[in-house]
Amino acid sequence: MTAYAVRRLWQMIPTMAGVILLVFFLFNWVGGDPAYVLAGLFSSQEQIASIRRELGLDEALHVQLLIFLRQVLSFDFGNSWTTSEPVSRIFATRLPASLTVVGPLLIIETIVGVVFAVALAWVRGTWVDRSVMVLFTMGMSVSILVFIILGQYLLAYRLGWFPVQGWGESFGTNALVYAPLPILLGLIVSIAPNTRLFRSFVIDEIDQDYVRTARAKGLSEARVLFVHVLRNALIPVITFVVSNLPGLLLGAFLLERFFGIPGIGREIILAVERSDFPVIKAATVYVALATMIFNLIGDLLYRVADPRIQLR
Amino acid sequence: MASGAAVTTTAGAREAGEGLGRLALRRFLADRVAVWSAAVVLAGLLLVLSSLAGLTATGWGDEVAVGHAPPHFLRETPERGAPEGRDADPAVRQSTGPAIGPASGPASGPTGAARGPTPSDVVDPIEVEMRLIGALADPRGREAPTSTAVVDPIAQELAAAEKSVRPHRIIPPEERAQSLPFGADKWGRDVLEKTVKGAETSILVGLAAALLATLIGSALGAVSGWFGGWVDDLSNWVYNVFNAIPGILLILAIAAVLDTKGTLSVVVILGLTGWTGVYRLVRGEYLKHREREYVRAASAIGASHLRRILVHVLPNVSHVILVQFSLLTVASIKAEVILSFLGFGVPVDGVSWGTMLTEAQNDLLVGIWWQLAAATLAMGLFVTALSLFTDALRDALDPRLTH
Repeated sequence: MTAYAVRRLWQMIPTMAGVILLVFFLFNWVGGDPAYVLAGLFSSQEQIASIRRELGLDEALHVQLLIFLRQVLSFDFGNSWTTSEPVSRIFATRLPASLTVVGPLLIIETIVGVVFAVALAWVRGTWVDRSVMVLFTMGMSVSILVFIILGQYLLAYRLGWFPVQGWGESFGTNALVYAPLPILLGLIVSIAPNTRLFRSFVIDEIDQDYVRTARAKGLSEARVLFVHVLRNALIPVITFVVSNLPGLLLGAFLLERFFGIPGIGREIILAVERSDFPVIKAATVYVALATMIFNLIGDLLYRVADPRIQLR
Repeated sequence: MASGAAVTTTAGAREAGEGLGRLALRRFLADRVAVWSAAVVLAGLLLVLSSLAGLTATGWGDEVAVGHAPPHFLRETPERGAPEGRDADPAVRQSTGPAIGPASGPASGPTGAARGPTPSDVVDPIEVEMRLIGALADPRGREAPTSTAVVDPIAQELAAAEKSVRPHRIIPPEERAQSLPFGADKWGRDVLEKTVKGAETSILVGLAAALLATLIGSALGAVSGWFGGWVDDLSNWVYNVFNAIPGILLILAIAAVLDTKGTLSVVVILGLTGWTGVYRLVRGEYLKHREREYVRAASAIGASHLRRILVHVLPNVSHVILVQFSLLTVASIKAEVILSFLGFGVPVDGVSWGTMLTEAQNDLLVGIWWQLAAATLAMGLFVTALSLFTDALRDALDPRLTH
């Protein structure tokens, strides 16, 4: 397994190089000359020339690529173009808010998804199962935006159960006052896709021979489902959750935007609105790296949980 | 029950020696949900076509009613007065006067809106100021330093906006309706017509983006799986790179660098980010089919690579591509709605389900819900039908699949 892990890590290098090339190509070539974006509508030639010099844009393309590579390796993407705040500090200060929302959300939505999936597998094939699945398909067809707009309007604005939006200074207020509604809405939106996926994991296990053996021994259906089937069905669930962990870094960007939560997701949207390239470049490169690493961890965990799996 | 019936028809049809396509069609038609969802999808597409051809929703941008006019089923009689909250809207207040008496036209004397100042009477202080500064800086007049020359920073944008507004009909306030079948938006535009026009934008963008992604994924996947070797290595590398970046981040990064915002950019963004799933499946299919006997036979009679890829193998993997295209359309429509909502998609002078949701969010705060309901219902109906249609299509095209 160590050999496998080392080889996978080794294979990450060309992929990471590709990500860096892609980001470089996008922002230094497709994106046009950022000096014009920075200097604004009314700028003199001298201003543009000085900005180009500052950013190294007057250098040859391969020198620019080297500058970018140095930024990636040194974790130093310079300052934001709009607020002049160091990019590294932007991410460090926005991460806690994102984690406060997405951390609990990930835990709760996984548990709820698994419970729903097992419950539906329990009644599989009946009208309850079928109508819930159709309901979920309909729910997934309505835009996430509608759920958030309606939830914010009804639960916060009309009923006043939660603050409409905002964020405080201390972790306690944030977690207890401001985070619950975004977490609740994130949960509502995620139930349908998660349950559908997890239910398919459970159904895959239900036809296995060991389940028939367990039933033949005279075990109750509940024991078969919760002890025998669930333990096996949880393996792909774990992999799914682990490979989704990099999403924690991104935050739930729509929730953060609606509820004014100063997290990374909202920061990235602001950066796109303001053409703040360093922030987007840094986010893309490092989240891609995190995604690859967590995918590997997910595969390794799969092997640990299920020794039958042969990793090649 | 349905599957049992499908099996018997399949067996019967096979005896009659029918083609694979006909068999799939039979299986599809035996599924009641499939037929209904196909009908809804077809109706939606016909609506899009008629809107595209200029038959429906041509006047979606016209101010046909008073701002936030309620739907017919909520209409109130004028005697009961306007509900609270609507009074705050100056557009409503201005036009309630003449609308109560149906005969009152512009010539009926100084009542209601006619008493208010007409736009030509109003002196715009900024305009006067601008004219003064402009006169001072006029190079033909005095010697003025050029650095203080008046440059209107938004003149170009304003001119463009005026030009785009021109085709819309201007309806005088007293002729605007008090209620519409499904209400009006803030500017008195018909919500029903906007929903149809929004459907046109959202569905067309979804279809075009899915088509682009399917083409990229299929072409790359076919070449990669067929030739193998360094072509396969290179394509796999590109695939791994695109797969390493989370979809939403890649979408936002491309949105950030494309300086032209518009429907075409949305298609390009979603097409360039959505192809990876199709690539993986099509590559696998071509790897599998490459070694099949019918392909070797084609090779033995001298069929070229291109001919074998397109004429011999493609029809046998087309069901995978078709299902992926359908799935991608669903995903693209949802993504377009979110992109437009965030302001990275359809521009302000256009309308899509996403821009309608943006407006609906503000409307909801003053209790106006019909725009939200219209966009949600339309999108929910079409996307649900398309999802069910995709499931049925997959079942019909690939009978070996079991659930």
